[in-house]
Amino acid sequence: MSLSDDLVLNIKAIYARAYVRVKGLTREPHWSIAEVTIPLLSLSAYVYLYMTLDAYEYMAFVIVGGAMLAFWSNVLWGMSAQLYWEKDTGMLQHYMLTPASRMAILVGMAVGGMINTTIRSLSILAIGTLLFPVSYALNDPVALLLIFLLTIIALYGMGMLFASLFLLYGREASHIADLLQEPIYLLSGIYYPVIGSNIFPNAVKVVASMIPLTLGIDAIRLILIMGKGINDVTLHITALAILAVALLVLARIALKKMEDVSKRQGRLLLRWQ
Amino acid sequence: MSAVDVIDVTRVFDSKGKKVIALDGINLSVSKGEILGLLGSNGAGKTTLIKILATLLLPTSGSSYVYGYDVVKDAKSVRRIINLVSGGETPGYGLLSVKENLWFFSQLYGLSSSYAREIIDTLIDDMELEQYRDTRVHKLSTGYKQRLNLAKGFINDPLLLLLDEPTLGLDVINARHIRTYIKRWVRDDPSRSILLTTHYLAEAEEVCDKIAIIYRGKIIAYESPDVLKKSITDSSVVEITVMSAGRDIDIDSILSKYGVMYEILNGIDDRMHNYTNSSNSNSNNSNAVHSGDGVRIRLMLNDESMIPSIVESLVNKGFKVSSVSKSTPTLEDVYVRYIKRYEV
Repeated sequence: MSLSDDLVLNIKAIYARAYVRVKGLTREPHWSIAEVTIPLLSLSAYVYLYMTLDAYEYMAFVIVGGAMLAFWSNVLWGMSAQLYWEKDTGMLQHYMLTPASRMAILVGMAVGGMINTTIRSLSILAIGTLLFPVSYALNDPVALLLIFLLTIIALYGMGMLFASLFLLYGREASHIADLLQEPIYLLSGIYYPVIGSNIFPNAVKVVASMIPLTLGIDAIRLILIMGKGINDVTLHITALAILAVALLVLARIALKKMEDVSKRQGRLLLRWQ
Repeated sequence: MSAVDVIDVTRVFDSKGKKVIALDGINLSVSKGEILGLLGSNGAGKTTLIKILATLLLPTSGSSYVYGYDVVKDAKSVRRIINLVSGGETPGYGLLSVKENLWFFSQLYGLSSSYAREIIDTLIDDMELEQYRDTRVHKLSTGYKQRLNLAKGFINDPLLLLLDEPTLGLDVINARHIRTYIKRWVRDDPSRSILLTTHYLAEAEEVCDKIAIIYRGKIIAYESPDVLKKSITDSSVVEITVMSAGRDIDIDSILSKYGVMYEILNGIDDRMHNYTNSSNSNSNNSNAVHSGDGVRIRLMLNDESMIPSIVESLVNKGFKVSSVSKSTPTLEDVYVRYIKRYEV
């Protein structure tokens, strides 16, 4: 089997796995309605809070943060816990049995998740913008697109890394996801600025900057709301690019490790373990 | 080159600090065009061996080859030419239809769109899934889910198909359909082969060219069903039909002195033999024949001259013996005989 055959196989595997995700969205549209409505209700509370405080300039911050939060939820529940769920449904064994690369399967999950979540995220952004008096000052759409892409690649890289780690930790997966959820909400500045504000001490800001969501939300706000350009977010771009590469490499290593453990111990493919 | 060569394979699991030997120096070979049945009780090591051949598990020691490819070193090449179907496993994503699921699996093997369409249509037809082509999988019955599962197993047109209890929990019609299909599949192309594990010994007898009996991680018998049956010609299988005459009677108490293996057949559900060794039995077992019951007792005897004495004992204990007939040993008799021999 040549390298090009392998490439074709893995592209097909990515497409097929992404197809399952996207098809799931169209087959169960009520899931999407819930996934758009619930974040809108959460962010509405913060918007009303800022309105009460006459801090109208933060309302757009909240809507952007709420839209990006959809990606974090998807990474955590739709990516990180996915292999674990695939094991419980017996699908993981099917994957391990095929010649397709395991990384291709994970990338397929990520691509499908990105497509679905982008639709949800844009819906949240559009409805939030229609419901509340917010304004944007977008001067550099290319920079916005670049930041957005880097952010979701880094985020889904993190999701792919967690997917293998969650599987290694077995049934503790859902608890780990719970443990990760709130700290990320706190540090990533979904409803308030983190990096450019004095809310947190510098040490916390450094830690927060290691989360792709924090950097992404901050840079998107700078470009979309404050009218900044690519030159104002070079640090964000550099950090996000490094994070994206590092997380994807780590994801690949973790996946290999997961497969080795699986084949050596023979326990990871056992359902309900 | 054989389809499968298993050479001195051992697999040890670590269970809470305790070593559990699942496979203990297994040697096995499957020829091309052959269906090999792997029989054994739960925990005997059947699924462990299947998983090693499917590249899902590493052996602790030893080597295994599938069509010449080492399952450890050439795992990717092996995965291209094998497939695995396990009874009762999920056949795909519930939200997708039968056709979509088959397409999905075809893409994991890199099949071209045109070939995938062709093979999916053929498999849907072969598995009689036509009316469910666009039905979501979560709406299928167990039997049709298993048919889809089997179709999935053929999606890459494997050379070696590993079937791990493929008819588990299926009704007679669905099970027969699957058995017929797998026999035809091998017959159509003699370069193909199948390794089948099953608890249904009649199924193994019907389908398999060769049988390997695995017991506590070791192969204890490895021959064609006919040769295996001939191997117990020193035993006679006798069926005695009796009616109890108004009292509950414990069969064990009657047969214990003869030290024979026997089973009680009340009907078709009892065909999965549950032999009791009368010399090892205790009086609290469930082999009591109740007042008014009509039953068949299937005995495996080393010495046919015991028959009159056994019949006499049954009559003396209040049974009415309506028939005594000699029966041909089945694969189940062979299996029981071998297992009992090793248990001792």
